[in-house]
Amino acid sequence: MTAVPENLLYTKDHEWIAIDGDVATVGITQHAADALGDVVFVALPKVGETLSLGAIVGEVESTKSVGEIFAPVAGEVTEANSVVVDSPDTVNADPYGAGWLIKVRFTGAPNAMDAAAYQALIGD
Amino acid sequence: MTNSTPLHAEHERSGASFTDFAGYDMPLRYSSDLAEHHAVREHAGMFDLSHMAEIMVTGAQAPEFMDYALSNRLSALENSQAKYSLLLSDQGGVIDDLIVYRLGESEYMIVANAANREAAFTALTERTKDWDVTVRDSSDDWALIAVQGPVAKTIVEASAIDTSLPLDDLRYYRMTEGTFQSTTIYVARTGYTGEDGYEIFVPSPLAPALWDELEKVGAPHQMTLCGLACRDTLRLEAGMPLYGHELGRDFLPAQAGLGRVVVQEKEDFVGKQALADAAVRTRVLVGLVAEGKRAPRAGYSVVTPEGDVIGEITSGSLSPTLGYPIAMAYVDSPFSDPGSELAVDVRGSLLVVKVHQLPFYTRKKVA
Repeated sequence: MTAVPENLLYTKDHEWIAIDGDVATVGITQHAADALGDVVFVALPKVGETLSLGAIVGEVESTKSVGEIFAPVAGEVTEANSVVVDSPDTVNADPYGAGWLIKVRFTGAPNAMDAAAYQALIGD
Repeated sequence: MTNSTPLHAEHERSGASFTDFAGYDMPLRYSSDLAEHHAVREHAGMFDLSHMAEIMVTGAQAPEFMDYALSNRLSALENSQAKYSLLLSDQGGVIDDLIVYRLGESEYMIVANAANREAAFTALTERTKDWDVTVRDSSDDWALIAVQGPVAKTIVEASAIDTSLPLDDLRYYRMTEGTFQSTTIYVARTGYTGEDGYEIFVPSPLAPALWDELEKVGAPHQMTLCGLACRDTLRLEAGMPLYGHELGRDFLPAQAGLGRVVVQEKEDFVGKQALADAAVRTRVLVGLVAEGKRAPRAGYSVVTPEGDVIGEITSGSLSPTLGYPIAMAYVDSPFSDPGSELAVDVRGSLLVVKVHQLPFYTRKKVA
């Protein structure tokens, strides 16, 4: 079974959100990374870009398939993780840590659920 | 209903992730698609292919029947020889692509895709009516284990398999009988990875013991258990078509570059008339390469530099061996020359691609 960290929020698109003040760090869950297989390419939005809630803002590709990144919050991108762009396998190795994707200064509420609800969603 | 192979428990024990493939719960990967892919190219990998169908054709007229029922001249096969073949419809489309093994003077084994097991068995059975042959679906009796890669021979030789013919004398696309735990098995030098290797047909009840034996013997040779995910990238690099992607009932063999698999000179075979009458199809199968890391995927449109749609991707991935994106596509023939510059609509942005002669990857021949 896949451990779902308790301190994060989750979306139905298998992304996680860590809230720190008005900045949200966003990544994909272990469940999503496992389903994709080895990640070989990550495309992220640029710093300064404005994201609207639910918009497709990036991609995570494995040899087998493509996963789209949906903005789980609305706001402005403050950081894009160059580590995952240069070493996409970081997303598989440490999806909740070094494999984070973007930080967003957000407005409004994220469209998300808590860890228990996400655990139930993925049925582990 | 989902079927499982006789090796399902071994896969679970090895921590496989499973996927439904043609109604079978099959290993998608054990750990890493890329690691499994590289293992086959550099050392060896072992695959469970027991979902594939084994259809036996026996009877006095088996050689002539095979020539009639399939696309090429299988009566010309020597005993123990294998050949790639096509099961065509009356319209000349591809019902399935297969490997045919001649087991004896009047006995053949046809290995069909799992997804086409019913279709192939039904079509072959229907074709028997004027022939003294019997077609039998023996798929459940046989498991199929592939060991592929540069050290595959070392591993199979080191195993408890005894082959009638030494592996040194087993040529490409030939098979030999063998024994494992006093039971008859078949070892064929065939595969679907672009590497040298073996496909081993073993009675289902004995499959777990053989799998465990090969896993044990392969370990010191860095053999890796391999799932279907890497099988797909391996075959794509090797330019091998996959039914449902590059092949189907709507495609004629020549379009897929398989004209050589059809012997039009044969007196009669199913699909002959249709192929003789068929107008030349405008779309043909090509390889495409691109720069960067974004891969064209099945279903994406292929366009001219001016943006006119002239084709469609059938398979595509970042090539683990080559490090750049590769794909196969059907494109209008004026755009099919190697070197032609085209583009692929990758989710709204255009990716420049170049037509490339298939295959993308050829193994180095060792003297």
